[in-house]
Amino acid sequence: MGSSSLIIPPGQAPDAADGVLPQFCMQCGTCTVVCPMIEYMDHSPRVLNAMLMAGSYDDVLRSRAIWACTGCYTCTVECPKQLPVTESIYALKRASIRGGAYPRRFITPVLARQFVRLVQRRGRSSEAWLSLSLYLRTRPFQLVRYAPVALRMIRRGRLPLRPDSLREPAQLRKVLDALDATAEEEE
Amino acid sequence: MSYTYYPGCSAKGTGRSYEESLHAVFGALGTGLAELEDWNCCGATGYPAVDAAKAAALSARNLALAEDAQPGPGPVDLIAPCAGCYRALLKTERTLADGGTIAARVGGALGAAGLRYEGRARARHPLDVLVNDIGLDRIAEAAVRPLGGLRVACYYGCLLVRPYATFDDRRAPTSMERLLAAAGAEPIDWPLRTHCCGGSCYCGGPLIGALPEATLRLSHRLLKDAKRRGADVVATVCPLCQFNLEAFQGQMTREFDEPVDLTVGFFTQLLGTALGLDERALGVQRMLRWQLPQPAGVVGGAHVRD
Repeated sequence: MGSSSLIIPPGQAPDAADGVLPQFCMQCGTCTVVCPMIEYMDHSPRVLNAMLMAGSYDDVLRSRAIWACTGCYTCTVECPKQLPVTESIYALKRASIRGGAYPRRFITPVLARQFVRLVQRRGRSSEAWLSLSLYLRTRPFQLVRYAPVALRMIRRGRLPLRPDSLREPAQLRKVLDALDATAEEEE
Repeated sequence: MSYTYYPGCSAKGTGRSYEESLHAVFGALGTGLAELEDWNCCGATGYPAVDAAKAAALSARNLALAEDAQPGPGPVDLIAPCAGCYRALLKTERTLADGGTIAARVGGALGAAGLRYEGRARARHPLDVLVNDIGLDRIAEAAVRPLGGLRVACYYGCLLVRPYATFDDRRAPTSMERLLAAAGAEPIDWPLRTHCCGGSCYCGGPLIGALPEATLRLSHRLLKDAKRRGADVVATVCPLCQFNLEAFQGQMTREFDEPVDLTVGFFTQLLGTALGLDERALGVQRMLRWQLPQPAGVVGGAHVRD
């Protein structure tokens, strides 16, 4: 785990520690048929699995398809071979971030990382803070488009601007730091 | 009967009326909800995309805190109204019970902070608790202002029943329909009720979501279909779905050929209405649109039983 290299030896899963990559996909395409995000993917989940089985990890990790996945688990429920498709895609997202392979102009990975930073720092998420920082980072000009909705939410007390924090953030920090330590051990 | 309550971040923000109506409904049914002290974020769908062990640790701390708050050998029910938090907690329970590498690392990390998860705490969704613990008979009895045949589209979204169906069917859930029918509503037949709304693109729909156009399209598909099937209102079980389906109807109407204008509330708000609770206690004033047709049998603004 924690490898910064994008080159993964053939036959070795990018996130072997999770042990969730589909190895026995029979290519029936059920995952693809039921996927609500299919029209926003460059490769269908079925093709992603084919690419993985063929060892094309780099291309899979560079694809935008894995970042279009909303994590709704429809494919997982419907897969006739009961493969953990959604969890595999999460594993691919992690590998893609670790290897720096995610598509630069695609903002989902930016969002995931911003979210993690916010939670790491404060222990809680803030919808207002998260959306503002994301828009400033990726598409500041679109802020105007959604400003009216944000204002209506603020007026109804549904978008608190002050980020929430834990009373005792030290305890959570300790838990997360302890995991950083064991991640380094494993490398 | 008393439960520990895990609000999650949205219950303090966009989903405030979910929290308000949940407290009001449980209070009216004589069931206590004590907020977990110093809870942290569940990790949502963002954390597992970056670090699986830390994602598990976040929920593990919440589960451990819930056990600390309720010592003793018995199970601890941790009520998580947000479907995203609910899934994160369930996933963590399973990851830790499986005893793999992540379980060992998370157990060690909790220990380093003086915490321990014994496996007693388990996530429960309020819909499950209302239907299976409190029971439909008691709900029907307490419904002093039945919903008068209100046509409700019961929307489950993705994460309440998938991937872990703890209390209902993964493909064709019926809990919400049964609950709201007990409160006098007439739930519509709606096959799309477990389809993704797109709002789980990490917290909050097009406002925050990464693919605004995709989120709008998925949500519009749902609302359009609910409307065609004659729904008066959409009932949700997740603050992300609720916000996503409610707040961007203007955008949807501008971008797609079929306009949508539907009230989208929390199932607890509709249930609370049937229990005769005050609209303010149910957070109705926070909604961006709230128009329910006058139920049959209404005289002078007050609902009466026929």
